[in-house]
Amino acid sequence: MRKRGWSGTGQWIALQTILFKEISRFFRIWPQTILPAAVTNALYLLIFGALMGRRIGPIHGIAYLDYIVPGIALMSVITNAYSNVVSSFYSTKFQRHIEELITAPVSEWAVLAGYVGGGVVRGLVVGAVVVATAGFFTQLQVAHAGVLLAMGTLTAALFALAGFINAVYANSFDDISIVPNFVLTPLVYLGGVFYSIELLPSWWRTVSMGNPILYMVNAFRYGFVGVSDVRLDVAFALIGGLIVLLLTWAYVLLRRGTGIKS
Amino acid sequence: MSALLLRDLRKTYGNRLEALKGVDLEIPEGEFFALLGPNGAGKSTLISIVSSLVNKTSGRVEVCGFDLDRDREAAKRCIGLVPQEVNFNQFEKVANIVINQAGYYGIPRREAFVRAERCLRQVDLWDKRNVVSRQLSGGMKRRLMIARALVHDPRLLILDEPTAGVDIEIRHSMWEFLRSVNRRGTTVILTTHYLEEAENLCRHIAIIDHGRIVVNRRMQELLAEVQTQRYTLELKHPISQVPIIEDYAVEREDAYTLIAEVPPEGGVHGLFTRLAAQGIEVQGIRNGSSRLEQYFMRLIAESGDRDGTGAAA
Repeated sequence: MRKRGWSGTGQWIALQTILFKEISRFFRIWPQTILPAAVTNALYLLIFGALMGRRIGPIHGIAYLDYIVPGIALMSVITNAYSNVVSSFYSTKFQRHIEELITAPVSEWAVLAGYVGGGVVRGLVVGAVVVATAGFFTQLQVAHAGVLLAMGTLTAALFALAGFINAVYANSFDDISIVPNFVLTPLVYLGGVFYSIELLPSWWRTVSMGNPILYMVNAFRYGFVGVSDVRLDVAFALIGGLIVLLLTWAYVLLRRGTGIKS
Repeated sequence: MSALLLRDLRKTYGNRLEALKGVDLEIPEGEFFALLGPNGAGKSTLISIVSSLVNKTSGRVEVCGFDLDRDREAAKRCIGLVPQEVNFNQFEKVANIVINQAGYYGIPRREAFVRAERCLRQVDLWDKRNVVSRQLSGGMKRRLMIARALVHDPRLLILDEPTAGVDIEIRHSMWEFLRSVNRRGTTVILTTHYLEEAENLCRHIAIIDHGRIVVNRRMQELLAEVQTQRYTLELKHPISQVPIIEDYAVEREDAYTLIAEVPPEGGVHGLFTRLAAQGIEVQGIRNGSSRLEQYFMRLIAESGDRDGTGAAA
């Protein structure tokens, strides 16, 4: 009984320690982790929204700039949640201070929750910075705050988990840039950030429906402007299923010590 | 109770290298224990398995009565590890490294601050608490790893080559510190290439070679077995030939230096007397290789002869 008591409290303190360390890390290097997203996305909003958007016209009755802001914000959430965990956990492996965690009585769940939690916080912080930046270009409304927060958090968690799995398998710094550059970026750009799939030819629309990011972007957009190309229940079921899948995968990798232990 | 109990511990790596071939070892609580062996003998694999850095192939590991398979969490709480290579975040401040380590062991943050201060003061690093760790010298980095290993008050402290590359002054202060840690009741297991270090600090010794424990006994018993002491003699006047002295093996290193092996029944006094009788005056004397070193070299050479690989110290 005493042992179990320690275990619960001890694991909670260990989780808090990892989470605090992760959050301090990205805040300490904010010019590398937070500022670039604000600058890049301000340029997106200026060029695609304020300048070109006037010529494009409204989509689903929503001004083009207002239509793309949620997608751009979620794009930042996705890339930052992913890159935070993949770079931090791979560096931990590379510098060998992963050994501090392996030798300590920290459970696999606490390690996973700490790193993924760090990625989620960074994703949401950067997402909030992008939304705040968008405030200089347009008057944003929030139609469904609950949907917005839930989808933002779940998306950040999903991609933080994906970043963790990438870091576990990575053997070099090249390995941690392949997925973001060649998988994540195309999926995000083709995931309806800048357009509605109703504007696409039918074959492309069908192909797009196989892109999970499309569901997340549309559900997130629904939170802001109340319109979506996909059903919300399908979007939440999909992201929930993917999180369970990646969570199980990441846990098994940690439990086996894949990429960490001999 | 045993601080560490190993039963038929085996490890075969993916490349079929059999690093441990059935190790049995029991280390009582409170012991200061040396684990020696040539490079590649299996020391690091053994330590890595005990500290959960490497998965064993088979066998049993018990730390302070906790089975590493069944009570992993409790077993891990008993161990403090000082690894051979630096393995902390080199971009982190000194104090944060120790405070975070305490957190990983479930110590609340407020208490972690208190413990970190205590441990950093013990190793004379409190003044460096706000320094980014990569700016520390090699000796300071080792002391930081010792402070980190002690922050959760482990019952078993494992040090893998703790004084490698550390200057003599710091090495002696680290020895004194480790003695005080052991006096407070912490079991210490030490691997080292400095046999003088093991001879000075440890009360029990095991030698591992080719994945097996080949010696496991009290240090005093082992040293008593090495009958002869080796000395280097500095002569007042040069000699051209090696003096022949009954009962003593004497070699000439150069015109002013002799190496002599002194049996216990003869003693140094007998040697001096016989040298004086031959007109050889000794100006200075110093210990040659330690008795443990002689024993170790002989053992490894025998082991090499047996399997035809030659000695690999």
